[in-house]
Amino acid sequence: MPKQANFAAVDGLHTFPRLLFHHAQVRPNAPAMREKYLGIWQTWSWLDVAERVRALACGLAALGFKRGDNLAIIGDNRPHLYMMMTAAQCLGGVPVPLYQDAVANEMLFVLQDAGIRFALVEDQEQVDKLLEIQEQVGTLEHILYDDPRGMRHYTQTFLHDVHELMEMGRVHDRNHPDFLIAEVEQGHYDDVSVMLYTSGTTGKPKGVCQTHAAFIAAAQGGIAVDKMTADGDILSYLPMAWVGDHLFSFAQALVAGFTINCPESGETVMSDLREIGPTYYFAPPRVFESLLTSVMIRMEDAGQFKQKMFHHFMVVAKRCGASILDGKSVSTADRFQYWLGNLLIYGPLRNVLGMSRIRVAYTAGAAIGPELFSFYRSIGINLKQLYGQTETCAYVCLQPDGQVKPDTVGAPAPGVEIKIADNGEVLVKGPMLLKGYYKRPDATAESINADGYFMTGDAGFLDEDGHLKIIDRAKDVGKLVNGAMYAPNYIENKLKFFQHIKEAVCFGADRDMVCAFINIDIGAVGNWAERRGIAYSGYTDLVAKPQVCELIQQCVEEVNAALANDAMVADSQIHRFLVLHKELDPDDDELTRTRKVRRNFVAEKYKVLVDALYAGKTNQYIETEVKFEDGRRGKVAADLKIVDAKTFPIAKKAA
Amino acid sequence: MSRKIGDVILDLQNISLRFGGVKALTDISFNVREHEVRAIIGPNGAGKSSMLNVINGVYHPQDGKILFRGQERKKMEPHMAAVQGISRTFQNIALFKGMSVLDNIMTGRTLKMKSNLLMQALWIGPARNEEIEHRRKVEEVIDFLEIQHIRKTPVGRLPYGLQKRVDLGRALAMEPQILLLDEPMAGMNVEEKQDMCRFILDVNDQFGTTIVLIEHDMGVVMDISDRVVVLDYGKKIGDGMPDDVRSNPEVIKAYLGVGH
Repeated sequence: MPKQANFAAVDGLHTFPRLLFHHAQVRPNAPAMREKYLGIWQTWSWLDVAERVRALACGLAALGFKRGDNLAIIGDNRPHLYMMMTAAQCLGGVPVPLYQDAVANEMLFVLQDAGIRFALVEDQEQVDKLLEIQEQVGTLEHILYDDPRGMRHYTQTFLHDVHELMEMGRVHDRNHPDFLIAEVEQGHYDDVSVMLYTSGTTGKPKGVCQTHAAFIAAAQGGIAVDKMTADGDILSYLPMAWVGDHLFSFAQALVAGFTINCPESGETVMSDLREIGPTYYFAPPRVFESLLTSVMIRMEDAGQFKQKMFHHFMVVAKRCGASILDGKSVSTADRFQYWLGNLLIYGPLRNVLGMSRIRVAYTAGAAIGPELFSFYRSIGINLKQLYGQTETCAYVCLQPDGQVKPDTVGAPAPGVEIKIADNGEVLVKGPMLLKGYYKRPDATAESINADGYFMTGDAGFLDEDGHLKIIDRAKDVGKLVNGAMYAPNYIENKLKFFQHIKEAVCFGADRDMVCAFINIDIGAVGNWAERRGIAYSGYTDLVAKPQVCELIQQCVEEVNAALANDAMVADSQIHRFLVLHKELDPDDDELTRTRKVRRNFVAEKYKVLVDALYAGKTNQYIETEVKFEDGRRGKVAADLKIVDAKTFPIAKKAA
Repeated sequence: MSRKIGDVILDLQNISLRFGGVKALTDISFNVREHEVRAIIGPNGAGKSSMLNVINGVYHPQDGKILFRGQERKKMEPHMAAVQGISRTFQNIALFKGMSVLDNIMTGRTLKMKSNLLMQALWIGPARNEEIEHRRKVEEVIDFLEIQHIRKTPVGRLPYGLQKRVDLGRALAMEPQILLLDEPMAGMNVEEKQDMCRFILDVNDQFGTTIVLIEHDMGVVMDISDRVVVLDYGKKIGDGMPDDVRSNPEVIKAYLGVGH
């Protein structure tokens, strides 16, 4: 087991309960939580929150909750659910948040594995799920619920309204006034503060045990990098079981003392965002993408004058917006233009997006297109990327202000050490590492090497500024014949950022060059073809058009030009490619249900094509069987053209 | 269910309604008990909507008596029915399309507002407190029906299923004792129907509201109602528990079709 860095704060604020009671003392009336209820934002001050946490903790104790017990938390982001986390920690228990949209059977494993005795759930829906599997979770003794709606006819004595629990706790507190303080003082920074389950895409989910010290260290580091203060606001709308939400809405909020805001419901997030105007915001790339699309669609409907103005100032923003945000030098003329644009376009636009007050916005979880990323930065929204995983409190790399590059995930965060293994795998070490997987010493030993580094399973490298660039999952990374690193996902993602390319499959492991299959996006390319008056009858026909081939060739060559500038992957330029005659489809087992390419299967199925690519042929006939949605089978045949793409001389050789 | 069905709240005795020579309803008697879900079913033109209109005072039957809480009801205007605590939704949604969901539901509170127009316009004194109180009630309805996300959306822009829900919301804002629902599920898909069923049962369960509904979907009717009355050509041909009605040969013939 890794030795935890001694990160105990000198002032004794080294557990979350202590932090909470500290805030209740130094800023009793400042808002700690907000929740929209009956259409009006309700505010709880730090004092209110501390009082409720105290009542909840005492209530739990009265029900028999003991040090070391695990408490499941299931529901949307609600103040009482966040408070309950701290309440459990007060007593030396461990909160275990679960994904609220999981069905009962998916929850079963986690509940059994964690030996849950107590569960706090949001509403009747979640209560019903637990009742459904209650028999199989032998340890489950008490179910608490936040929202009493629909619960009137439940007569089971082990069901408790959380408000009744608080009343119980208040009585307990009056009878034993010193009880809670004594419990809190027993808390140690090396105690497990939370258990977050990994999604378990490979095998069973594993409970990641994180200590108070780890999450406090991660929170402090992030706060220092982004200079966050107590007067901030965050909209807490991502699942509480996700490590990111636990870091931003729980750990950082308690360390920095800013306000968390719980939206009214899942559907109202966008309007709540506008009302709250958070200073700190997190969203996965697809949210930023859909926001941009909605803006663009509405712009299309605007009047001529407005459209002209919009496009003019977007060009200005593209030219100098990001530089101004980064504090780089920009000519006075551009500065004036940007100032004007800010007045007329960017400011109002940020307001519509609910991002007027944003100081820092983060995205992570998937690759974000550089254009999309730059758009937000150019209109003055400080959008940045971060990198981390559940095992590292989502805290490994952060993009520091002024050094934001769209294709890296930033510099190692304060206190984090990064090492790249010989196979390209990213290894990390620091105070934020997991204490271990729950009841899985074997898995813990597997994931942490002898030197105490956690093996992330991601492949990447550090660029010349020391920023980490993630390229692929380590197991997918191979080598070309000449020994250069080859990361298929990295190249495929670059291709997929073009709107015309929907899917790409690259080949190159143990070969002398990289070749690719391309799937076009029938919507985007079809539209493109219509505007040029190219008639086509369907996917296969469209693909066969020479103009389409040229279009894709341009995209591939642009990617090659970009790759040539990047020493680590310059050898992976795409030499030859072809556009597949059918779309890759989960029904034909070519993609997984989550639409990830099954690379080996595709290589096997289209062996003829792969061979043709490497044999230097200029075209290849292929006939493929396809399954239609109604279960019928048919054949698609085509004579595919194989194109040689231009490659570029390598800018500078890897060291 | 712990919900207790109480005494007869509405008793219709020998109701006959004619439009000139057309007999819409002939000698119909049935009653509605407090806290129950009472369904009226029947083929097209059987007189179901006419029956509802008789209950809430739009039509005045030529013969027969209506007892509401034991008192015989005099000939009255529809708004008097509303004052007595009977509200309804419509088969063809009758909302204000250009107004927001919130404002539409707020109109359901009109009868409960006491301050005069001038005070409301100036938003002073009691009018202000009153509006805040009514707004809270409306928000409770919005919360109950889970339509927070469309609070400020004009009703005309909403899909049909949601408009139906808003229609129900406006009726609920009146805090009615009896809620008349005219084909609440018409034109909905399966999922919307399930949602609506759940809301109807929740209203009945949580507020104890007595519900009289007209519905075509037999599955829905059999599932959610306590008692069913069957009309055909303006006559009552069946009355009782859903299961009894289902096995009544006359009902099967008239409504479920011959050939069973």
